[in-house]
Amino acid sequence: MNSILYYPGCGVADQARSMETAARGALGALGWEMEEMERWNCCGTVYSLATDDLMRHVGPARILARVQDAGHEHLLTLCSMCYSTLKRSERFLTEERDRLDRVNAFLDDEPDYTGGVRVVHLLELVRDEIGYEAVEEAVQRPLSGLKVSPYYGCTLTRPRAVGVDDPERPRVLEDLLLALGAEPVSSPQGVECCGAYLTASAPEVARRRAGAIARAAARGGADLMVTSCPLCQYNLDTRQGEAPGASAHAVPSLYFTQLLALALGADPAVDEQVIDPRPVLAARGLAVEVKA
Amino acid sequence: MAEQLRLAKAVLSVQFARRVEELSGQSPYRCYQCGKCGAGCPFADSMDLLPNQVLRLVQLGDEKVLEAGAPWSCASCLACEVRCPRGVDIAKVMEAVRLLALRKGRSPVALGKVPGERLPQIAVVGISRKMTP
Ligand code: SF4
Ligand code: SF4
Repeated sequence: MNSILYYPGCGVADQARSMETAARGALGALGWEMEEMERWNCCGTVYSLATDDLMRHVGPARILARVQDAGHEHLLTLCSMCYSTLKRSERFLTEERDRLDRVNAFLDDEPDYTGGVRVVHLLELVRDEIGYEAVEEAVQRPLSGLKVSPYYGCTLTRPRAVGVDDPERPRVLEDLLLALGAEPVSSPQGVECCGAYLTASAPEVARRRAGAIARAAARGGADLMVTSCPLCQYNLDTRQGEAPGASAHAVPSLYFTQLLALALGADPAVDEQVIDPRPVLAARGLAVEVKA
Repeated sequence: MAEQLRLAKAVLSVQFARRVEELSGQSPYRCYQCGKCGAGCPFADSMDLLPNQVLRLVQLGDEKVLEAGAPWSCASCLACEVRCPRGVDIAKVMEAVRLLALRKGRSPVALGKVPGERLPQIAVVGISRKMTP
């Protein structure tokens, strides 16, 4: 068994548990184990874009310092927001000595962070470390005939220097889906924001965005969409489902970890959702049960 | 398209443009107003000014931009950032405008009024970090 240190983040640890359960099962089938950090805190969710806002890098710095203190070089995340915030903060802090010194001085209850932790998204681990060939070999239940529209959202691929793939024409999800035997259906809305946290201040905006994303997926013939972020999943499921007249054309959405688990014969951990993915899965011969 | 913001009797100040530049780390004068950022912004339909218009006001040093609604409709999605032919990170300019407004006491979102439905924590933390002082 290979092992990698893992940072869940708040979304995955609560509302998006299923994303993690599925990832654990799938990685187990691929000979990998996620070792959760002993202590962790919120990464701050949104990366601060201002030059003078050092305070907002304290959360990520504390996490990175603990990773380093535990003797690890890599840190795995499933949530693409955590991935982006941690990775951008790591770069921001280590780019200028003065920033790191000031944050370390503030964090005097932690060992100093000196730089060098590599934040890794699960999609990168699968692509670069495990490899799609190994994934293909491990498939037990090919997702044949299942048409899936990858939804990348923002933080997985933007900004360019931090993203896991090209921000305008990413293919990491398409490639993974091909390895699982599914049929990827790329969508012009696949890289356009779902409304993110505006879902709290302007839910109608998130409803509109989720509707537009789902309609574009449906036009391509998709049975369902896949996401890599608990906030995207919330908007694509709950907000899409709330929009007036949504039910007739609703397109369900799952985490990529759930499709990975399903194909590898692990528990896809499908929860109750506003837009139930089970009928479209069953229609392709992929019946799954929902845990009570 | 949301109602346009009306700008009358503008007070222009170079210092204001400098302040935004300092906070964002982006020179507003790199922008040549091609409009690509606004054309691709997924939230342009709920903005009173397009992202390039926000930038234009910053270039002019017009503090009226602090009253605009557009920066609060920006979700820092970075679609504009990867597309700008001049390499301007507009999301950072939007953030600087938000911060200057917040630091002047503006607060467009009252956390107590955010509906108590089962919102993901990421949404609540995100909104509190971007829209409260
Ligand atoms: S895309 Fe860049 S250059 Fe064009 S208007 Fe927007 S900020 Fe200015
Ligand atoms: S970062 Fe803001 S201004 Fe730029 S495209 Fe996204 S929402 Fe629009």
